[in-house]
Amino acid sequence: MIPELGHFALILALLVAIVQSTLPLAGAALGAPRLMALARPAARVQCFMVVLAFVCLATAFAGNDFSVQNVAANSNSQLPLQYRIAATWGSHEGSLLLWTLMLGVWTCAVTLFSRHLPPAFLARVISVMGLVSVGFLLFLLLTSDPFDRLVPAAAEGRDLNPLLQDPGMVIHPPMLYMGYVGFSVAFAFAIAALLGGRLDATWARWSRPWTTVAWSFLTIGIALGSGWAYYTLGWGGWWFWDPVENASFMPWLTGTALIHSLAVTEKRGAFKSWTVLLAIVAFSLSLLGTFLVRSGVLTSVHAFATDPARGVFILTFLALVVGGSLALFAYRASKVGLGGVFGVVSRESALLANNILLIVAMATVLLGTLYPLFLDALHLNKQSVGQPYFDLVFPMVMAPLVFLMGIGPIARWSHAALPDLWTRLRWAFGVALAVALVLPFTLGRWSPWVAAALFFALWIATSSVVNLGARLAHSHRSGLLAKLAANSPSYYGMLLAHLGVAVFIVGVTLVKGYEVEQDVALQPGQNVAVGGYEFRFLGVHPGPGPNYRAVTGTVEVRRDGRLLETLHPEKRIYNASGQTMTIAAIDVGVLGDRYVSLGEPLADDNPSGPWAVRIYLKPFIDWIWGGALLMACGGLIAVTDRRYRLVVRRRSASALAGAAVAASAD
Amino acid sequence: MKALRWTIPFGIFVVLVTFLWVGLSRDPREVPSPLIGKPAPAFRLSKLQAPGETLGPADLKGSVWLLNVWASWCVSCRVEHPLLVQLAQENIVAVYGLDYKDKPDDGREWLAQHGNPYTASIVDRDGRVGIDYGVYGVPETFVIDKMGVIRYKQIGPLTDEALQDQILPLVRQLQQ
Repeated sequence: MIPELGHFALILALLVAIVQSTLPLAGAALGAPRLMALARPAARVQCFMVVLAFVCLATAFAGNDFSVQNVAANSNSQLPLQYRIAATWGSHEGSLLLWTLMLGVWTCAVTLFSRHLPPAFLARVISVMGLVSVGFLLFLLLTSDPFDRLVPAAAEGRDLNPLLQDPGMVIHPPMLYMGYVGFSVAFAFAIAALLGGRLDATWARWSRPWTTVAWSFLTIGIALGSGWAYYTLGWGGWWFWDPVENASFMPWLTGTALIHSLAVTEKRGAFKSWTVLLAIVAFSLSLLGTFLVRSGVLTSVHAFATDPARGVFILTFLALVVGGSLALFAYRASKVGLGGVFGVVSRESALLANNILLIVAMATVLLGTLYPLFLDALHLNKQSVGQPYFDLVFPMVMAPLVFLMGIGPIARWSHAALPDLWTRLRWAFGVALAVALVLPFTLGRWSPWVAAALFFALWIATSSVVNLGARLAHSHRSGLLAKLAANSPSYYGMLLAHLGVAVFIVGVTLVKGYEVEQDVALQPGQNVAVGGYEFRFLGVHPGPGPNYRAVTGTVEVRRDGRLLETLHPEKRIYNASGQTMTIAAIDVGVLGDRYVSLGEPLADDNPSGPWAVRIYLKPFIDWIWGGALLMACGGLIAVTDRRYRLVVRRRSASALAGAAVAASAD
Repeated sequence: MKALRWTIPFGIFVVLVTFLWVGLSRDPREVPSPLIGKPAPAFRLSKLQAPGETLGPADLKGSVWLLNVWASWCVSCRVEHPLLVQLAQENIVAVYGLDYKDKPDDGREWLAQHGNPYTASIVDRDGRVGIDYGVYGVPETFVIDKMGVIRYKQIGPLTDEALQDQILPLVRQLQQ
């Protein structure tokens, strides 16, 4: 009964979404207030229906209803409750339902927080989001119904993929999807602006907080996925340039470009059509990511069930949504114009370079991801480009970008003078260079590229200090606290996010430069010294888990004879699927992790004999995720800026006046 | 002319969609392997049926051979196994097995039960050799030429189609 209710709710959601995507749009075109007024209630009802469907599916999972195919395929009665609920979005169908749910929630949020928008504009925004909803609801109902019954019902479920039975995996998809889907808001704003022919600073100011929040979620989502890969896959890697990872990274890069170009459009009125294009591209890449993951065009370690019919559907949908948007862009953008004039050396130029570099980086990833596909389609020899390609090309694009991060925030809008920039930044440059040259010596081994990468990280930090110092020095208020308070949250958000990049670079550099990996065979009681640490293997003991049998090893970590930590790496065999999982044990530290995972017993059927044990030392690896977290926090702090709330009172003021106020306030 | 530049994004997108459309009709399992055209990574492992003896690619220089990665725990291996047995009877090319992350006893029992198409199988107990060969899903099959160079890689179970259209023509060509 409950699954049927969920199915019914999805059908209703589709019908409401059709209303939501057509009538308000027609109303905006005809100037009919009644039709436009339908947008908000329709969006809310649609969201409610999708939430209801989602709750129904979650109930089926929680209650072990194995007469539902999706539940039978992805859950098991032994599975602990939190993972049964997480299994709701563990399958293909469930994850699409989560996608649709997120879209509904974002649309609902727009109806709640955008009361001040002109009715025609709001109607268009909600209609565009409704169109995307229609596509996803159709996809669910036609090709991927999560409520399909299984007749006769299964006695027991096949269990959730053990890789997904992990706390990180419970929150990774919702965070990632919040980000992916969040870009639909910026997209809808862009399309609405193109339709209405109104592209100005006000439009950019409305889009900015939405884009930044979505970007922050996406940052956290990607970081969670990377952290999860680090501790569950047992290889100690944190990024694999896997197609699915790339699929989430491309919208992130474009979203980063979008955040920066929105800033220029809002403050200076420049880059207008470019910003609109970025908003379209960021969301298009989210859709492309969904297509790549769900269609099986590319193989990946994320072995999702794939089905060509689904691929055809998403590709058609992608072609309609993105093709339609870009055609609209081609038709309308020529009338918008570029807007704004600026000097060669100026903050606008720095941000333009930032945008170009980020888009080149995105194109690099896109090309690397789709390269096998291109060659195959052209009947050329298949060849894959893997990690070596990305490792070579990506830093080359990122290095100038990071260098600009030091200059951009300090350069004046419109016109800046190079000699003046040099005067202000030479100390930052010198200090960063000197420290970067000396620091690798203290870490054990000097290498030119470690020094180079550290320079970039330090450069961000020192130039940020110079930037803040100059702001405080020029403040007219008295007292340090008052001076600090005079700067806006969006300024501090920017500084924090940039520092996050520096922290991230430190993590990547040091773990790549100084990590130690060792595979050793250890008898119980045997010691091994790895990079100044003593690891003593005390053997393994068996133990049952809720839905698996485990072998747990005990490894003591010592330094200079002092016991630092006792680690318990595990090998699990899941009862229902018979799959094995390696759970690494990690002694986490700010300066580096000690990572131990169990290999195989080396003597047949004798777990009390010697084991292959994998030991890694990962210096500063947690800085990678720490950096990502700082970036996300920076984004979230930036949206608390008063300026976004003041929009309500200013909405009657003309767009130009709004831009002028913002520019002078900054 | 100037208005045309606004259609550039649309043009790029059309090209992209065309490629994706073609990609949908292709089999993604025929994944390119970076190893194709490269010498088969060296190893020396003991034989499954004769644990005292070892085998490595160096011993097979001068002949064309197939390396089939299998395991007793692998369900898809059972799907392709009859094809391998048939291939062995036809005596066209020597097939060597790499028993991947498997207990030797289980492997021997499995071969006794399902038939042994392999000239010899070697035991990759901890999967170390599998890593060198970029194995990411059992079964996989490599075609290795007289010079010890990998010429083809099949990911997933062998199919009659892949065997007749790809692998055997290639083997005949390499044997000349």
